Amino acid sequence: MKRLSLARIVAVMVKEFTQLRRDRITYAMILVMPLMQLLLFGYAINTDPRHLPAAVVAHDHGRLADAVVATLERTSYIDVRYLPASEGEMDRMIRRGDILLALTIPPDFSQRVLKGDRTQILAEIDATDPIAAGAVSAAVAALPSYAVQQDLRGPAARPAGSPPFEVVVHRLYNPEGITSYNIVPGLLAIILSMTLVMMTSMAVTREVERGTMESLLATPATPFEVMIGKLLPYVAVGIIQTAVVLILARVLFSVPMAQSLAGWFALSVGIVLFIIGNLALGYLISTLVRSQLQAMQVSMFYIMPSLFLSGFMFPFRGLPLWAQAIGEVMPITHFLRIVRGSLLKGQMLGDMGPDLLALGAFLIAVAALTLARSRTTLD
Amino acid sequence: MTERMTAAIDVKGLNKSFGDKRVVRDVSIRVEEGRITGFLGPNGAGKTTTLRLLCGLLTPDSGEGRVLGMDFRTRTEAIKRETGYMTQRFSLYEDMTIEENLDFIARVHELPERRERVAGALERLGLHYRRDQLAGALSGGWKQRLALAAATLHEPRLLLLDEPTAGVDPKARREFWDKIHAMADQGLTVLVSTHYMDEAERCHDIGYILDGRLIVRGTAEEIVSGSGLVTFSGEGPDIGRITRELEKQEGVLSASAFGTAVRVSGADRDALRRAIAPYERGPFAWVEVTPSLEDVFIQLTSRPPDDWLAQ
Repeated sequence: MKRLSLARIVAVMVKEFTQLRRDRITYAMILVMPLMQLLLFGYAINTDPRHLPAAVVAHDHGRLADAVVATLERTSYIDVRYLPASEGEMDRMIRRGDILLALTIPPDFSQRVLKGDRTQILAEIDATDPIAAGAVSAAVAALPSYAVQQDLRGPAARPAGSPPFEVVVHRLYNPEGITSYNIVPGLLAIILSMTLVMMTSMAVTREVERGTMESLLATPATPFEVMIGKLLPYVAVGIIQTAVVLILARVLFSVPMAQSLAGWFALSVGIVLFIIGNLALGYLISTLVRSQLQAMQVSMFYIMPSLFLSGFMFPFRGLPLWAQAIGEVMPITHFLRIVRGSLLKGQMLGDMGPDLLALGAFLIAVAALTLARSRTTLD
Repeated sequence: MTERMTAAIDVKGLNKSFGDKRVVRDVSIRVEEGRITGFLGPNGAGKTTTLRLLCGLLTPDSGEGRVLGMDFRTRTEAIKRETGYMTQRFSLYEDMTIEENLDFIARVHELPERRERVAGALERLGLHYRRDQLAGALSGGWKQRLALAAATLHEPRLLLLDEPTAGVDPKARREFWDKIHAMADQGLTVLVSTHYMDEAERCHDIGYILDGRLIVRGTAEEIVSGSGLVTFSGEGPDIGRITRELEKQEGVLSASAFGTAVRVSGADRDALRRAIAPYERGPFAWVEVTPSLEDVFIQLTSRPPDDWLAQ
């Protein structure tokens, strides 16, 4: 049997520590990453989403109608952000994802409640995300038993167990609350982000590490030509991945698909912008780090918030505002809205406008930064 | 004007620092068209940096001049199109075949009749039967052939070679140099850095770089005769001890053992004679010999560079 040498183990250990200390980014990752993730996700993640945005169309401007809205807000689950003039406008809001709840109060609401007639409030809930939809419907369902009770005295007061009005709940877009309808399109966003950012994050560092950068720079190829030439093959990779995920989403999970050619076109624009945006981000990382290992670490550092702060795992509207602000900067947040909006809500180009613009702005900013970082020399 | 036309490289006052380390100091180089110029000097002297500055891979801190008749600071793209650069470390794609590598180079240079050019290069360099081999699987000599083929595929007017024959066997080195000379005969200008003295002697001109400065320029003969160096060779027993003792003697600039002989060099013939005289007894005999390039360069390396600036 060979003798186990403690001295040799120590020798290897000391060497590892020395190399670890030299690699500044790894060093920083070991210390900074857990700390940042703990603070970031510890405070941001909330499985009991509150302050979800809602809109109310009140055809009745009586005291009782106001009382219903006030009660809704008191729950702290719902923030009534908009008071649109028409149902049509409110429909657009819920389709675009500006609100998760659309409440319609009928014209004779106060009158009928006071008279003791049965009356109904219509609550339309965006059920794309079953978690958020659950929170909204719980808040709405409790409404009749709390709202307006103290406003009703004397003859209008009801016996216990008989609410003064009913809430009719319509769950839109994913009425059965099927989780996979929400998660599978989200997975497309995650899969594209992870593979594309990681693959291209090594594009430049690989050439530098292997020494081939020196030959490449000695050729007349410009940094822009090199960047485009390196990224285009991965656009094809992204498109193939998208096709595979969408086919499986349809075949295995029966996820609804876009219903029209215009819908597919809108989705395709979003997909292409998202793919190129991710590739550009990976390329930017590649120009910032010195080794392929560091590129992997920085990519991982990006993947974590894109899972938690984008609306993939937890309802975006339920995150604290500062976390939503971080989410808004990431392309995946916008792409999640586009892909879910297209497949589940039948969104068209017009509905996706702000998110498409955000993806475009991200792409331009990252590409400009990357080109500023790329050089024709080894300096 | 005619003089300018024939200088492939004419650069003055080249400087480059990395941080506070001055790697290239006031280097001026003029290389005539069709000449092979060798760059010598110890490791870290600034040879690679100088080559990289000339082909636009590094931006100089200061310096001006022309490479292939073009301003080397502003027209790097145009210069790159007519310059071939062979890196010290193999820098082609190891996970691609020989043919794929050459095809890539041909495309990136936008060469017309690409297939013919690549096939021709494979044929000329004897790589034809290996064209489907991965570049990473090649031995040192074959990698070097491939690298040369890649650096010359676009028929450059200027070829920069950074220690092209490091780790290559003597036969392959000889073939390599024969190719370089054949290309120079066609008008190609070559700047090559090397550590091998026999290679230096194959160059038309030699430049010696030390500590970032180009301290000697000329042909091999000019450098040897201009050095004023005197060299004696002695043969006999106990070479190791004699060499060690001689190194410390007054008037001896360098002493080095070569098998059963010792070579001593110095600047002053009389002082050197006095130093070696005590060893001339018994079977031991001294003969004055012509200093070799190596003697001259060893002596240059061992003297502080300020000596040369003073001259």
